[in-house]
Amino acid sequence: MEGQLAHIGAGLAAIGSGAAAIGVGTVAGNYLAGALRNPSAAAGQTATLFIGLAFAEALGIFAFLVSLLLMFAV
Amino acid sequence: MRAKHVAEEKAEGGLVFHPLDQFIVKPIFGDGPVHWYTPTNVTLWMGLSLLAIVAIFVLGSRGRAIIPTRLQSIGELIYGFIYKMVEDVTGKDGVKYFPYIMTLFLFILFANYLALIPTSYSATSMIAVTAVLGFGVFIVVTILGFVLNGPAFLGLFWMKDAPAILRPIIAVIEVISYFVRPVSHSIRLAGNIMAGHAVIKVFAGFAALTVVSPVAILGITAIYGLEVLVAGIQAYVFTILTCVYLKDALHPAH
Repeated sequence: MEGQLAHIGAGLAAIGSGAAAIGVGTVAGNYLAGALRNPSAAAGQTATLFIGLAFAEALGIFAFLVSLLLMFAV
Repeated sequence: MRAKHVAEEKAEGGLVFHPLDQFIVKPIFGDGPVHWYTPTNVTLWMGLSLLAIVAIFVLGSRGRAIIPTRLQSIGELIYGFIYKMVEDVTGKDGVKYFPYIMTLFLFILFANYLALIPTSYSATSMIAVTAVLGFGVFIVVTILGFVLNGPAFLGLFWMKDAPAILRPIIAVIEVISYFVRPVSHSIRLAGNIMAGHAVIKVFAGFAALTVVSPVAILGITAIYGLEVLVAGIQAYVFTILTCVYLKDALHPAH
């Protein structure tokens, strides 16, 4: 029973990956919107773009890690 | 512990192999217990990535030709790329830490790309490996911050622009986020690589069923292409975050 509950918890934790997808999409979409308005300034902001993507993605990876832990370590 | 659990899962599940089987650490010689000095598949692939770096960067550019050979121009491209990144993000005085950042980038890049060879072991998918890299950066940056700035380094946590009432609360949040840095720094890399390789193996498991195998093989190809991208981007992200943390240590007052 407890093992099955852990599996349900793992599935719930995987929702976090979808939430991270929204975050990554927001970052990339806003970058693109800004870059299309002012293409000359876009090249200088790619580093910031990747930092933003990394921060948004990290939380999704944490959710993935929680679900892995629930599946295999608990 | 994990290996035992994985073996149990394998017995229950319908798949021929478990998607996480590829991350089991095995000794190269024999089946003995794994000590810290045992040569395992992790050390093998980390060593191979070091050899590849030496082959391209030391042997490839040994001639120091004015018109570079192919290997030399690969080396020059990567060197110039990282040098410019360090200079842009940390400023001129960060350039003297360039060798450390270049070392980190090359090791992660080559470990990531060698992990894409089928049946290889992805060393950067181990949290133990990336934690050493991530906490190494954290310790270096913290010590450097205190050595260069003295107690003024603590100004990193004290926002002078914020309203006076909010400052202590922001300081607490800043301290917490400072100490979470090495954890997220290392888990981001390991998690990305592990997740990608596990997804490839999940698709590979479906490829054994005849009905869905064309879709599964297409899926493997697509995910593999994505993984080629991710391997480069994650090495880049790890390095650029190192640069950002280094910038905080060099100029804590923003």
